[in-house]
Amino acid sequence: MSHAETMLPALPPPPEALKRYTFSRLLGRALLGVWLAASVGIFLFVVDSWSPEKFAKYGPSFLSGLRVTLTLVAISIVLGGILSLPIAYGRMTKNKVLSWIAYGYVYFFRGTPLITQLFLVYYGLGSFRPYLEAVGLWSLFKDAWFCALFTFTLNTAAYQAEILRGAIESVPRGQHEGAAALGLPKSVAFFKIILPQAMIVALRPYGNEIILMIKGSAIVAIVTVFDLMGETRRAFSRTYDFQMYLWAAVLYMIMVEMLRNLWAWIETRLTRHLKR
Amino acid sequence: MQAAFAALSSIVSWFASIVDPMCGPIGVFRLFAQGTLLACGDTGWGDEIAYGFMITTSLAICTLPIGLFLGFFIALAKQSEEKSLRLATNIYTTIFRGLPELLTLFIVYYGLQIVAQRVMLAVGYEGPVEINAFIAGMIALGVVFSAYCSEVLLSAFKAIPRGQYEAGDALGFHRGKTMRLIVLPQLVRIALPGLGNLWMALLKDTALVSVIGLPDILRQTGIAARVTKNAFEFFSIACLLFLILAMLSSMVFSALERWTKRAEVTR
Repeated sequence: MSHAETMLPALPPPPEALKRYTFSRLLGRALLGVWLAASVGIFLFVVDSWSPEKFAKYGPSFLSGLRVTLTLVAISIVLGGILSLPIAYGRMTKNKVLSWIAYGYVYFFRGTPLITQLFLVYYGLGSFRPYLEAVGLWSLFKDAWFCALFTFTLNTAAYQAEILRGAIESVPRGQHEGAAALGLPKSVAFFKIILPQAMIVALRPYGNEIILMIKGSAIVAIVTVFDLMGETRRAFSRTYDFQMYLWAAVLYMIMVEMLRNLWAWIETRLTRHLKR
Repeated sequence: MQAAFAALSSIVSWFASIVDPMCGPIGVFRLFAQGTLLACGDTGWGDEIAYGFMITTSLAICTLPIGLFLGFFIALAKQSEEKSLRLATNIYTTIFRGLPELLTLFIVYYGLQIVAQRVMLAVGYEGPVEINAFIAGMIALGVVFSAYCSEVLLSAFKAIPRGQYEAGDALGFHRGKTMRLIVLPQLVRIALPGLGNLWMALLKDTALVSVIGLPDILRQTGIAARVTKNAFEFFSIACLLFLILAMLSSMVFSALERWTKRAEVTR
């Protein structure tokens, strides 16, 4: 029997094995280098063609464009949300006629480009001017901003109806049956049991829809609404300065990223009871 | 050689004129719209709209392979163990999913013009440089498509269990062969619905390229609307054509889906 009287002195850790310089590492560095070069290039380009007068002249118009974009999207999302309720009902009802009408509506607005719909409303409704004047709606429909709002509302209503329908149908059958077994009336079961679960499912698609609307709203610049894109185009056509587009890009990126992060935060907050 | 090419292209264009669904011998406009605004030839707008239809479809079809190819490699890079590679590709998708497609298009169109002008100046050519709207549209839409496509493919990659790769190793396949024979067939099956949605979005985004002057469906119907003052009719036709494209592609995609699932057990 023997035992050690003294402990072995602590050895320094073995030298770290050299990481092999793999292809993916090389590629990753190279791509990061490309991004770095691009951002430095853009920065130099902006600095090179920077002029305080231009900023003072067009900065406020960019902000007003931003305001137009945000109001347009906010109002159309809210109105579209209200309009989507009857459409979603129509998509889920057993009534053949109603469900076909709702299906046709959704198919039309999801199957054609937003810009075509906008042209159809803005230029196309001009063909019906006498009728529109007779009912007193012409003063609304000759305004490009209102036409854009009208089109966006109809368009987002179709998408939101599909989101709502998908979310409600994703709630398992057992939940309906459970509510029925408890003797709850249909309406209570819907509002207290089905809808809360459906809204959690619908949360992420709703966020995506808002982002899509913000991005899609850029096309109103073509029908002479001066939103962020419209102001950018106007500034570009007056100065021929490419950095106007870069400013718009930065503003759009900020909007979308802020919304995305806000939505991620809301989602983690609302689903914290589902975490195990 | 030249003669052979000329003969080939004339055969192709002859064939295209025969099967042209609008202004061919058995085209809809030729059969049903004779004597109206949609007639083919100099009296109506049928052939112009048919040309726009062809431009729209060919733009979408040309963009698809670029976007898929780029998107596939970006998805691969996103699951790499290398941090810098992941960071670089994440910057790419964040930028191109965050920008409006219209803005991306303008940036590509005018930006390329500036770059090309500078390059030509450096070479010594001083003249107006114009970028082809079709090429600019292809690049812009392809880049946006690849950004979205990489996300779809990434989630499809994540749905394939590790055991599938290990099975490839156990069979002694090298990495490329595992990818081709084991992973890709399953990837297509999982990603197809998402890719179908992206294709629909791509089809609709092609309408934006009319803004920079590509004579696609929207531009041609817009010109017709301005000249004839029948805006509602012509923009309705544009909507109808896009709806037809959407219907055709949803049929193709459901057939594809059935084809990729042909090996699954029917219960």
